[in-house]
Amino acid sequence: MKISFPHFGNAYIAGKVLLEECGHTVITPPVCSRSTLELGTSKSPESMCMPFKIFIGNYIESIQRGADTILLTGSCGPCRYGFYSYMQKDIIKKLGYDVDFIVLESFKEGIPQFSKNIKRLIGSVSPNKLLRSSRLALKLIKSSDDLTCLSNEVRAYAIDKDKVNFIMDSFYKDADDIHGFNQLQNLINDTERQLRTLKINRNFKPLRVGLIGDIYTIIEPFINLEVERKLGYLGVIVEKSLTPTKWLEHHILSYPFGSKFENEKYSLARPYIKDMIGGHGRETVGSAIYYRNKGFDGAIQILPLNCMPEIVAKSVLKRVVKDIDFPVMTLVVDEMTGEAGFNTRLEAYVDLLYKRRRGEMIIG
Amino acid sequence: MDNYYLGVDVGSVSTNIVLINENNEVVYKEYLRTQGKPIDILKDGIGRLAKEAGYNNIHGAGCTGSGRQLASIVIGTDIVKNEITAHAIASLNAKPDVRTIIEIGGQDSKIIILRDGITVDFAMNTVCAAGTGSFLDRQAIRLGIAIEEFGDSALKSKNNLRIAGRCAVFAESDMIHKQQLGHNQDDIIRGLCQALVRNFLSNVGKGKDIRGPIMFQGGVAANRGIKEAFQEELGEEVLVPENFDVMGAIGAAILGKERSRDIGYSNFKGLDIYKRDYAVNGFECEGCSNLCEVLEIKEDNKTLARYGDKCGKWTY
Repeated sequence: MKISFPHFGNAYIAGKVLLEECGHTVITPPVCSRSTLELGTSKSPESMCMPFKIFIGNYIESIQRGADTILLTGSCGPCRYGFYSYMQKDIIKKLGYDVDFIVLESFKEGIPQFSKNIKRLIGSVSPNKLLRSSRLALKLIKSSDDLTCLSNEVRAYAIDKDKVNFIMDSFYKDADDIHGFNQLQNLINDTERQLRTLKINRNFKPLRVGLIGDIYTIIEPFINLEVERKLGYLGVIVEKSLTPTKWLEHHILSYPFGSKFENEKYSLARPYIKDMIGGHGRETVGSAIYYRNKGFDGAIQILPLNCMPEIVAKSVLKRVVKDIDFPVMTLVVDEMTGEAGFNTRLEAYVDLLYKRRRGEMIIG
Repeated sequence: MDNYYLGVDVGSVSTNIVLINENNEVVYKEYLRTQGKPIDILKDGIGRLAKEAGYNNIHGAGCTGSGRQLASIVIGTDIVKNEITAHAIASLNAKPDVRTIIEIGGQDSKIIILRDGITVDFAMNTVCAAGTGSFLDRQAIRLGIAIEEFGDSALKSKNNLRIAGRCAVFAESDMIHKQQLGHNQDDIIRGLCQALVRNFLSNVGKGKDIRGPIMFQGGVAANRGIKEAFQEELGEEVLVPENFDVMGAIGAAILGKERSRDIGYSNFKGLDIYKRDYAVNGFECEGCSNLCEVLEIKEDNKTLARYGDKCGKWTY
């Protein structure tokens, strides 16, 4: 079984190793790029949301590399993600590719199907080994997320910001060719060391901005036009409100109670949105308030065009922003790869934050 | 001899060049159509400026607009600034107590909210260019009238004709339908102006605290029909500054002036640049699957800059 899965931020690094430990050959899709987007767009329904199109692109590129099985998670939340597995299976089949789909639905959707899927994935690995591997995989997800987080922080302070990008680019390149926990962990530690030795400007007081919105658009750099890097170049420390680590902590590790961080967001959002509205709409509103309370300078909402939960959150945010006096900017992402408009908005927003901080017009 | 400062705004539709003096007064301005050839138009503009006597004492330069990176490479500027800040600076210079700026250009429309001379909020149109100059341009062509006559034509109308303004495509079919019913052209144009204003206020201006004094600038501010529609909708006077069409460039010039004073010199290459040869060469990098479109600018066969790549392989 040559197994592949769509990209989901840094999660592929750990996912690859875990599945390899279970005895599968893993084919990671190439890093999302223009060709992924073009492939995905041409095969997807026109008005579907952006992540759907990227997923389709990921599948096709993996299949071209030899994958015969695709693993993805199901969902029953009130957002289009719930349709993904059904529609994508259909699309891939109609394109004439003969691949298997393993859709990991929550066990609430039926225990027999759930255990069947798990069995297929685990194979003949002993429970002990599985437990150990899962622990290591979790650690890997966490350390790769921490690494991105560190790179964002270093970038804001670094004197030569290109070097940060260079280090991170070679990390992603090397991670593709490396197998096994230890080697990957070593690579991460190594990269971390490199980042920590970069020359930084210690007197610089960077702005801090939270990235809020739909999880997929926050964590996939290609989708959000590398907003973290762009902000880093403008001297801003970026914190992502959602990452694979945070998602796992909330939905798996602290099940059924949820993680402290996410629950805090829910209670912050409660005056505005009481219930789950699908996707991460409620989290978006909660995160905005969370970052305000944490003393951040602002937050940027990344909204994939026509994403229903985020549209609701955007409308609600207008009110929230007034109530808490906190600047939130919404950036819409879709198939556009022209970056001029995107840069203008980011620069103007950063200017605005500086002015707010100093209470005066600044030049330069 | 007086000192002058150059400001350039390379936008999607127009390229504007202004020269200001020490008191931030405009002594020279040019409004040119970009026509998709920013470098040629920029050279033409600078060439014309160079031939006007007395303006060779330029001590600073700034640029803005969506083509600002390109402009800064070609003319050598002291500051490269986004349009929002540039417009805010220019408006504050024209009217220090301004509290709302409405700017509608070719592809962009923005609203800037200021309080006590500080930008406190802004918004730009998101993915759609429905409420912008290009939309009006297109409809004017369809109606067969010059864009310059558009506004006056709207003012002649006394009727309220509602045209759907949410989307340029909807507006167009709605407009054709109204034409076929036999409505007067002036009424249709007025309806379009109102549709654009409605679109702006419900999209870009939504949730913003719009208070007077309100400034209206950008190329579309030449259209008196739109100004009228804004006043009707907002119930407040809307001011169009004298140099409404080149406000971005004025802001850039002011910023360039202050920056060059701070650093004590200027990067401006001089007005002779119009004599030089610029060539832009684009190619697709095949180093990875991103297939970045890399651009290379050459000045008299010497490479000035390369940009457009994600990984930094070509940039310098």
